[in-house]
Amino acid sequence: MTAKPAIGIPAILKTAFVNALVALVLFSLMVGIRTEAGASGQLTYWTRFGDLASLVAAVFGGSIVIELLRQWIGPTGAEKLVPPAVQSGISFIGRYLAPALLIFTLLVPVIFYDQRYILDLAILVLTYVMLGWGLNVVVGLAGLLDLGYVAFYAVGAYSYGLLATNFGWSFWICLPLAGILAAFWGVLLGFPVLRLRGDYLAIVTLAFGEIIRLVIINWQDLTGGPNGVSGIPRPSFFGIPLDNSDDGLAARLGIEYSPTHRIVFLFYLILALALLTNWATIRLRRLPIGRAWEALREDEVACRALGINTTTTKLTAFATGAMFGGFAGAFFATRQGFISPESFTFQESALVLAIVVLGGMGSQLGVALSALAMIGGFELFRSLETYRMLVFGMAMVLIMIWRPRGLIGHRAPTVYLTKAQAISSDLVKEGHG
Amino acid sequence: MSGDKMSEKILGVDRLTMRFGGIVAVQDLSFSAARKKITALIGPNGAGKTTVFNCITGFYKPSGGAIRLTHDDGRTVALERLNDFRIAKQAKVARTFQNIRLFPGMTALENLMVAQHNTLMRASGFTLLGLLGVPTYRDAEKRAIDLATDWLKRVNLLDRADDAAGNFAYGDQRRLEIARAMCTEPALLCLDEPAAGLNARESAALSELLLSIRDELGTSILLIEHDMSVVMEISDQIVVMDHGVKIAEGTPREIRDDPKVIAAYLGADEEEAAAVMEGGS
Repeated sequence: MTAKPAIGIPAILKTAFVNALVALVLFSLMVGIRTEAGASGQLTYWTRFGDLASLVAAVFGGSIVIELLRQWIGPTGAEKLVPPAVQSGISFIGRYLAPALLIFTLLVPVIFYDQRYILDLAILVLTYVMLGWGLNVVVGLAGLLDLGYVAFYAVGAYSYGLLATNFGWSFWICLPLAGILAAFWGVLLGFPVLRLRGDYLAIVTLAFGEIIRLVIINWQDLTGGPNGVSGIPRPSFFGIPLDNSDDGLAARLGIEYSPTHRIVFLFYLILALALLTNWATIRLRRLPIGRAWEALREDEVACRALGINTTTTKLTAFATGAMFGGFAGAFFATRQGFISPESFTFQESALVLAIVVLGGMGSQLGVALSALAMIGGFELFRSLETYRMLVFGMAMVLIMIWRPRGLIGHRAPTVYLTKAQAISSDLVKEGHG
Repeated sequence: MSGDKMSEKILGVDRLTMRFGGIVAVQDLSFSAARKKITALIGPNGAGKTTVFNCITGFYKPSGGAIRLTHDDGRTVALERLNDFRIAKQAKVARTFQNIRLFPGMTALENLMVAQHNTLMRASGFTLLGLLGVPTYRDAEKRAIDLATDWLKRVNLLDRADDAAGNFAYGDQRRLEIARAMCTEPALLCLDEPAAGLNARESAALSELLLSIRDELGTSILLIEHDMSVVMEISDQIVVMDHGVKIAEGTPREIRDDPKVIAAYLGADEEEAAAVMEGGS
């Protein structure tokens, strides 16, 4: 690596000059000339060549600094930047991170009992953890790019919302129904779509997400259209309401009523649902169906040659992911008490997909960490106000440069003879849809 | 007796034709593969060998003709009517690929477990029983691991069972792919150029492996191969194709001396013709 010929000053200057030229072209119209509509509607403009010059100069100087840094550090790689001692430390932490996180999560309502804001945020993060784990089955394991995952979230939410408000069914009856209905829609979407691959599949799922949203907006008789469904019942503690009435949980236990009880209950409810998703996914991975999902992601043609029915395998992946999305949707409806089509835009699908990709496709811990980073981190930057999105976007870009295969990119084998060893991320395929 | 004659033949290809638009890749090809024997399909590049393979294994739907597979119990399956995965699942035809198609991100053991998907799916009660962890599934999984271990031993990769298949050397990947195909417990094993890219020592080991599959397990093998030393050494029967039609069929000795075969290879490629004449002698 040291044999690399040192780049001379002319080469550095050339790179910097090219970068400056690109900046000049880019910024000359954006910064250099300012246009505005004048008093009588005519176009007025004035030039800001000073600003332009300083920007181009900054790019020129910055390029030189970066080139020099690059020479000084050498080729960047994880091994080079992180000393071995730190790496072994990280792997040590990695082993105990998941149990530690789980224990901490269980204790969150105890530690932050008085801080409603943190409890609400924790519930939000857990909702996205669950959605991430659900989508992980489709994208991470089966390698099917699904841009319309929010559709199943919406189906789940509206299933519970409508069944509860129209028929007065309880949350615990509607929860499995919401999951089943979402899975049903997953299969219904899957049948015509799953013969498509890659980009085509992504576009059709994107369209499906929009179709569901538009149907909800326009089917006013059933869904209330843009007004949404309100007055959705809060969940009960297996039949015992969580309010300050005489037969509420607090009264029965003989303790003073506090609205926080409901929040804590919701917290443990979503935690249980998320852990159920996690348990099912881990379990499914070790079953033939889960192995077939991963094999499908690796090589579909080989799967067919081994007698695996690729269509039903894809459909089960879609249905399983959709079912977990439906559970999460039912939870969302009962937590909010109000749902409207606005909650189920493409933005949500993109966010959940970003969580899965950032976490490392297929990794349960990675998805949980990235949901924490994406949702929690976004709140963390709240003080930056206008620059929040900018900083957040830059942080994401940096993470993807540092770890292109996500936070936890390697794959753990599902079965082993002597020793389970992690499989490096560059061998694992992403799937072609 | 004609009944005995029928059961000696595992695969019968009858007037198989495959057209891609105006191009006729295979025309009126008829041949048969004997049970518990190794049949080789050879011919110059572009002769249509892989097309025939893809028709037999269901990746292409033939434009015409019939492909019949007769199982040990006399059950006959019309392969041209089954599509893709059903040929492997129901007719028990396994195949390997010219450009190896392993699951690179999965371990060698996992690759062999995926091959036993259909057996394990039944044992896991189509996932539901397996999700609950019933003991019958656990037993079935143990048996599947045993079968996979057995095959890893046969192809000499047991010590690398837990390594990712993508990390294997080329020759090891070829052997692992054969092991994976064999884990589906096929009646007919189709190998598309199994010796391509192997050195002399690896080719010899491959020949030994294929002979042991034929002799110890009684699995019939159909293979496409360019390496004539392998073909001449292990084949019981050779079918020669050129430009989509069969030009000769016979034992290795007959093929070696057949003037039509030599002409086809001479017309196509001098080196290959020389290989045909020298191979196996």
